Amino acid sequence: MQLTVEFSGGAELLFGNVKQHRVTLPDRGDGDSVWTMEGLLPWLRDNLLKERPELFMQGDTVRPGILVLVNDADWELLGQLSYKLQPDDTVVFISTLHGG
Amino acid sequence: MAPKCKTGCGKNAILKRPKTGDALCRECFFWAFETEVHNTVTAARLFRRGQYVAVAASGGKDSTVLAHVMKELNQRYDYGLRLVLLSIDEGITGYRDDSLETVKRNRDQYGIPLTVLSYEDLYGWTMDDIVKQVGLRNNCTFCGVFRRQALDRGAAQLGVDQIVTGHNADDIAETVVMNVLRGDIARLQRCTAISTGTEGSIPRSKPFKYTYEKEIVMYAYFKKLDYFSTECIYSPNAYRGYARAYLKDLEAIRATSIIDIIHSGESLAVRDAARLPTQGTCSRCQYISSQPVCKACVLLQGLNQGRPRLGIGKSSKVQERARETEGESGDRSEVDSATVTVGAG
Repeated sequence: MQLTVEFSGGAELLFGNVKQHRVTLPDRGDGDSVWTMEGLLPWLRDNLLKERPELFMQGDTVRPGILVLVNDADWELLGQLSYKLQPDDTVVFISTLHGG
Repeated sequence: MAPKCKTGCGKNAILKRPKTGDALCRECFFWAFETEVHNTVTAARLFRRGQYVAVAASGGKDSTVLAHVMKELNQRYDYGLRLVLLSIDEGITGYRDDSLETVKRNRDQYGIPLTVLSYEDLYGWTMDDIVKQVGLRNNCTFCGVFRRQALDRGAAQLGVDQIVTGHNADDIAETVVMNVLRGDIARLQRCTAISTGTEGSIPRSKPFKYTYEKEIVMYAYFKKLDYFSTECIYSPNAYRGYARAYLKDLEAIRATSIIDIIHSGESLAVRDAARLPTQGTCSRCQYISSQPVCKACVLLQGLNQGRPRLGIGKSSKVQERARETEGESGDRSEVDSATVTVGAG
């Protein structure tokens, strides 16, 4: 499944200073091809993140202070970790922890 | 699929408001955000018609959104204000020089004139030079103290009636927590005020006092505002970072904790018998100070005498050391008061 993933507000610094990524998530092999945000976060951490994973994730979710939008909607309206990703979704991570 | 906007406008919601939990669509969110700032401004009677107001602009998210919203509200509600952007160039290569480019774009995008004042002009030192002297331990003390004065000096030069800053609800809650941890009763009392500085100094106000950082960032995102978000290259050692992380953890558990902490800060009363430092003026530069010599002058004296730690530590000890070594060397041992037009406007 293909997705567009974007980082801004300083979060891009953890991902090689690249703001927009086109990613292809692998099939999970167990016949279950459903990806949720809960699965996406560690996948991004392990496959896309370049440095300081603790600034991206805390526990099984994003570090508090990072805003997440899926197709330009606040993920807090979409069930957060339980949201089931659809092909060509755009997931945006915005850090609020940088500068003022 | 996202739920519908709570206002019943029929559009899909794009944001869950941290303060209320309401789901709002893009247009209703813009309206709510701007109207709340307007209500804050009018309830506190922050502005008077015809005032000349400086927006402290760093190029970061808060001040960029503030400049945008101030311009918008000034037109929509006819505040009758004359606006100017005021930026401080601390002299941090790769950070402030880049963010000042953002401020210059804001100047053009919003059509608000811009004035930039540098630490180098005001104090004879850039932050890059200061860090070479003091290292990365107390550098934020220098920067913070100098910036506060620099904004006032810039405002005095411009002759503005007041300064507005982009401090938001999260920032104020953080400051409450920091002042509690430091036991700084005097600042704890002042830090929740929406407007500070009366006699002798130029008032400063915080139109975003009740505005959550999340909403400021979302507003900038959906309005596609141009802001600068690189972390200060010298900031990883800043104490505020811990308070911020703590507060974000609290917010994740309960979103209203930000406003609750501000409210607690406002409600704290200090016993009448408690002795608080009285605000006077610095004997060297006449800037407002609770000590005989203000912090900026002591820090500067230390830098100019090659003893950068002079101004660091307990204020009573600092004052003693500053008195003992006054006038030992250094061609600029105090802030150059000649560059300031005191009492203008």
